[in-house]
Amino acid sequence: MVSDQKPLGSWSVKQGQIITCPAVCNFQTREYIVVHDNKVLRIWNNEDVNLDKVFKATLSAEVYRILSVQGTEPLVLFKEGAVRGLEALLADPQQKIETVISDEEVIKWTKFFIVFRHPVLIFITEKHGNYFAYVQMFNSRILTKYTLLLGQDENSVIESFTASVDRKFISLMSLSSDGCIYETLIPIRPTDPEKNQTLVRSLLLKAVVSGNTRNGVALTALDQDHIAVLGSPQAASKECLSVWNIKFQTLQTSKELPQGTSGQLWYYGENLFMLHGKSLTVIPYKCEVSSLAGALGKLKHGQDPGTHVMPRFVNWETPQGCGLGFQNSEQSRRILRRRKIEVSLQPEVPPSKQLLSTIMEDSEKHIEVEVRKFLALKQTPDFHTVIGDTVTGLLERCKAEPSFYPRNCLMQLIQTHVLSYSLCPDLMEIALIKKDVQLLQLCLQQFPDIPESVTCACLKIFLSIGDDSLQETDVSMESVFDYSNSVHDEKMEEQTEILQNGFSPEEDKCSNCDQELNKKPQDETKESTSCPVVPKRAALLNAILHSAYSETFLLPHLKDIPAQHITLFLKYLYFLYLKCSENATMTLPGIHPPTLNQIMDWICLLLDANFTVVVMMPEAKRLLINLYKLVKSQISVYSELNKIEVSFRELQKLNQEKNNRGLYSIEVLELF
Amino acid sequence: MGEFKVHRVRFFNYVPSGIRCVAYNNQSNRLAVSRTDGTVEVYNLSANYFQEKFFPGHESRATEALCWAEGQRLFSAGLNGEIMEYDLQALNIKYAVDVFGGPIWSMAVSPSGSQLLVGCEDGSVKLFQITPDKIQFERNFDRQKSRILSLSWHPSGTHVAAGSIDYISVFDVKSGSAIHKMIVDRQHMGVSKRKCIVWGVAFLSDGTVISVDSAGKVQFWDSATGTLVKSHLIANADVQSIAVAEQEDSFVVGTAEGTVFHFQLVPVTSNSSEKQWVRTKPFQHHTHDVRTVAHSPTALISGGTDTHLVIRPLMEKVEVKNYDAALRKITFPHRRLISCSKKRQLLLFQFAHHLELWRLGSTVATGKNGDTLPLSKNADHLLHLKTKGPENIICSCISLCGSWIAYSTVSRFFLYRLNYEHDNISLKRVSKMPPFLRCALQILFSEDSTKLFVASNQGALHIVQLSGGSFKHLHAFQPQSGTVEAMCLLAVSSDGNWLAASGTSAGVHVYNVKQLKLHCTVPAYNFPVTAMAIAPNTNNLVIAHSDQQVFEYSIPDKQYTDWSRTVQKQGFHHLWLQRDTPITHISFHPKRPMHILLHDAYMFCIIDKSLPLPNDKTLLYNPFPPTNESDVVRRRTAHAFKISKIYKPLLFMDLLDERTLVAVERPLDDIIAQLPPPIKKKKFGT
Repeated sequence: MVSDQKPLGSWSVKQGQIITCPAVCNFQTREYIVVHDNKVLRIWNNEDVNLDKVFKATLSAEVYRILSVQGTEPLVLFKEGAVRGLEALLADPQQKIETVISDEEVIKWTKFFIVFRHPVLIFITEKHGNYFAYVQMFNSRILTKYTLLLGQDENSVIESFTASVDRKFISLMSLSSDGCIYETLIPIRPTDPEKNQTLVRSLLLKAVVSGNTRNGVALTALDQDHIAVLGSPQAASKECLSVWNIKFQTLQTSKELPQGTSGQLWYYGENLFMLHGKSLTVIPYKCEVSSLAGALGKLKHGQDPGTHVMPRFVNWETPQGCGLGFQNSEQSRRILRRRKIEVSLQPEVPPSKQLLSTIMEDSEKHIEVEVRKFLALKQTPDFHTVIGDTVTGLLERCKAEPSFYPRNCLMQLIQTHVLSYSLCPDLMEIALIKKDVQLLQLCLQQFPDIPESVTCACLKIFLSIGDDSLQETDVSMESVFDYSNSVHDEKMEEQTEILQNGFSPEEDKCSNCDQELNKKPQDETKESTSCPVVPKRAALLNAILHSAYSETFLLPHLKDIPAQHITLFLKYLYFLYLKCSENATMTLPGIHPPTLNQIMDWICLLLDANFTVVVMMPEAKRLLINLYKLVKSQISVYSELNKIEVSFRELQKLNQEKNNRGLYSIEVLELF
Repeated sequence: MGEFKVHRVRFFNYVPSGIRCVAYNNQSNRLAVSRTDGTVEVYNLSANYFQEKFFPGHESRATEALCWAEGQRLFSAGLNGEIMEYDLQALNIKYAVDVFGGPIWSMAVSPSGSQLLVGCEDGSVKLFQITPDKIQFERNFDRQKSRILSLSWHPSGTHVAAGSIDYISVFDVKSGSAIHKMIVDRQHMGVSKRKCIVWGVAFLSDGTVISVDSAGKVQFWDSATGTLVKSHLIANADVQSIAVAEQEDSFVVGTAEGTVFHFQLVPVTSNSSEKQWVRTKPFQHHTHDVRTVAHSPTALISGGTDTHLVIRPLMEKVEVKNYDAALRKITFPHRRLISCSKKRQLLLFQFAHHLELWRLGSTVATGKNGDTLPLSKNADHLLHLKTKGPENIICSCISLCGSWIAYSTVSRFFLYRLNYEHDNISLKRVSKMPPFLRCALQILFSEDSTKLFVASNQGALHIVQLSGGSFKHLHAFQPQSGTVEAMCLLAVSSDGNWLAASGTSAGVHVYNVKQLKLHCTVPAYNFPVTAMAIAPNTNNLVIAHSDQQVFEYSIPDKQYTDWSRTVQKQGFHHLWLQRDTPITHISFHPKRPMHILLHDAYMFCIIDKSLPLPNDKTLLYNPFPPTNESDVVRRRTAHAFKISKIYKPLLFMDLLDERTLVAVERPLDDIIAQLPPPIKKKKFGT
């Protein structure tokens, strides 16, 4: 927001006059130019106060826009399509302006570029639903006209344009009323300027904004790979600004604009400017170098799968498309290039080809043998790609045939360490449907990028699955230490001693809690020292504890878990905490146990998400009191630490005093 | 080597004043430092950070700003509302000009070095022209509504940024009008503070203004549009100071939490031409407020309430591993504050505004190395002599016999006669000092206490005859024609025949006191003299320089002694040369003519000229007594330097008699205990 910024200057025209063209700055002379009443040109600079008294030129034709970029003189584009340099125009303001475009053709949009130090002007016109692009080269004074073909979607109306330029092409991006962004490549050097040429547009991003937005749709190109779009993503939702990575087809970031916008968006010097409500909002945005990792990091799940235009598996060393996704009538330059390479490479990979064909037809048993054979082979350069393709193939077949579930195969493939969640999101989905906790545990251990919603779905299954069905599974027990042994040894130990941790609960002011707890001392001891879940479930829950998450994304999903499961999980976490505090290092035994921080974070998360529900449950009451005491004990530990620090400082002082032997002494020194 | 009884004295209750400003001069590589008591010190960074010059403080003169102008002229301004220029040759204040704007909070020299700008309590910004011998008021800028706490010139000299309370103004120098007013956010961690004080501003050549404020922020402003560009919250407390490197590729800020942050202009990605300011390194060398920072080409310099001057080299800018590559923490003055009467075992301590006279205790016990002996008599505080007036004491001295005390402030010289009757002392001031004895930079009594030598700030050396309770002016050695260089160090031979005097720029003159004429001048050396003394009997002058070289010059022969030549040929041990505090006192053993005793702040050393010099392979410092090694091995490994590092920080050490030493220590903890408590930071918990 720029509310705390003040305008550096402000000028206004006389009443009755209407500004018909946005004011621009002539960077060469540091002057401003504006047009009012279509034909009257005004030029002034910072020192001028009254716009009425500044330079004025009345032109013979109506002006559409004045265009100015750094390093060249401004251009004046007339409504009839003619273009003049400002200097030439001012030399003879009343000169005759020719008509370039036909009757009823209206200029919709224009942009001015510098290409190889030569100015290039592009403007788009519309006539009866047909669009035309004109490209004016100033070094050769060539005007080229193109007809824009809208493709199959003939009825759509183009709402907004933006363009970026590289060495050979102007990439014209248009946002259509169907909510999709299309790209049209216009050559800078026309092949045959005389002929009327046609241009085909290709789909760049699907359904970026809702089709029936009333107002406030705009897009602007930020760099080669990023565009910013203003508009509402769904019909009912609030308007929002989103930045898309067009290279990887991902949403980079988005920001809601609840007060509405006006469909105007500019990008200048790494700042996005837009109108938001009644104020001008400036959002600094810098496009990072587009990378796959960066794109995946912000990938929103549960998005329209239609946006995944790119093939999913790309082996960057040996590019090879896998034949998924969009491959129909796409004209995109980028995809064409890749397909060419693909064609040339395909005959070189027979083993994987064989494997893929096996997947599609053979029995589970046979597939398993084939997969094992392939894995036993030395890792080929296209190993990653083949694994990815295999998994996708298997999953496709799983979806098609409900009875087909090659579990062993999938387990083996996961253990190759080359898969990740984003490569095969279906895998966990199917495992969730099949309630295959063993596979889910493996995924949780292996995949670094599981979205929070899926983690939470796993947690739900881990908590709800029956003990008897757990018995049959073969989950990895590595993270679970057999607590039952220690339970016997330490049953005698008082719980208060476990809690002590540097402070004594005798001082505890929560006397009524204590009383209540003391009512059922045996029960409590039992609860706190025996594991509330069976070891197999504990192993599964530990996998959840180990998984990475972001609090903000996890919290909403945690609210969906039933209250009794939350209590069970909390009990288990509390149990782990008690086990942790039993030894001095505050760690759990075992090979790969959950850490104290993970335990504490999850306790906090669960309570944050479900406190209102849990607090109403009578059976959770004691647990909550225990947790309350736990937190209290932690606070006391910290306050005790602070006290100890002070005491230590005093001791240090005493120690120093002992060392410095007073202010005066006589000592013996012998020098050797 | 010898066994000594050491009087280990820790009751010298000296607390240096906090550092208020530092100003770095790139041309001369000198650093001016002002302290809260008004003292101004000049450090020569090329001469191993030696404190070359100092101007004594004044109670009413709180220096708030310090800067170097063209021609290495040093100016200060303070809360008494005056701008002062310092005479770096004669070591006095050239003049003081009242600016009539109330207390001055800030001052900045124009990039050309010819104009001086001050910011005052009443909100005025005043421009002064620096003329060859004075400064002249030129005009006022637009008056602001509150005090101007910081000022910075644009490198082109056309604009000035001024930090005030809650806002920063940008002035056009030509018109003197404020063209922008940039409001600083008062919010501090979401809480609105009462006021936001802009403690420092820096104007970069691209028009960026960097501000530091009491809300803990470092902010970047665009001075062309008057808008905030970027904000870094770096501290929970005030950010009090800022200094920018000359290349404008790095700057340093100091906070009230004692942290110094280094910001650097680094490329956004490697090989990219686009750069941004990044906070790169935090340094925590201070416990208290960092009131001031400076940025030399190779180091970050900071100082504050905890009285340390810290020079932190930027390792990437240091090419050779030498003095410049080490972190420096300068706490104690590089001059003596203590003198000693050997005959009566008295110590005279010099403070800013008083002197203390102490008598050492005694013991009858004996012991072995390291023993603390039981005292039969403790040390006594005999005298507390307070100065009159607001001026700080420059120097003081007690005669060897203990019957004379002399000290001097900027405007007055005091001489006292002491009488001892059993345990009582009576003090009598010698009145009617002659007018030429007004301001002494150094005072020295001859060994037999019959003569008083005074180095005045006009460059003259006065010899005064003392007898009974009266004195008589004998002679004045006038400085060589054309120079007004003040003499800072004096040494007299024990027979009273020779007087050596050294100035600030490395020249030692030796005078014949009997014939009252200049005897010779010791060949000039590049580094300033830090201490010197004349050995009894041989009349060899031993001179220590700030680069840790020690020379021995025979006064009768007018040449360096053979030993000194040998030392120079072989060179000192590398560890000796790497010490970072200067030798501040040299003395001799009355019975062992081959021994030279010297000390710096961290070690005490006896050089035995009869033993071979250590080379770089031998162990210079060996604290452990030799075990049952054969005599042969001992003799082979023995070398001339006998060093003890038991006493530190060591402010003074001297030989009282053949077997007794006195060592005055000032532990840093005792100083810290007397400072105001630092901002408390939580260590544990939420």
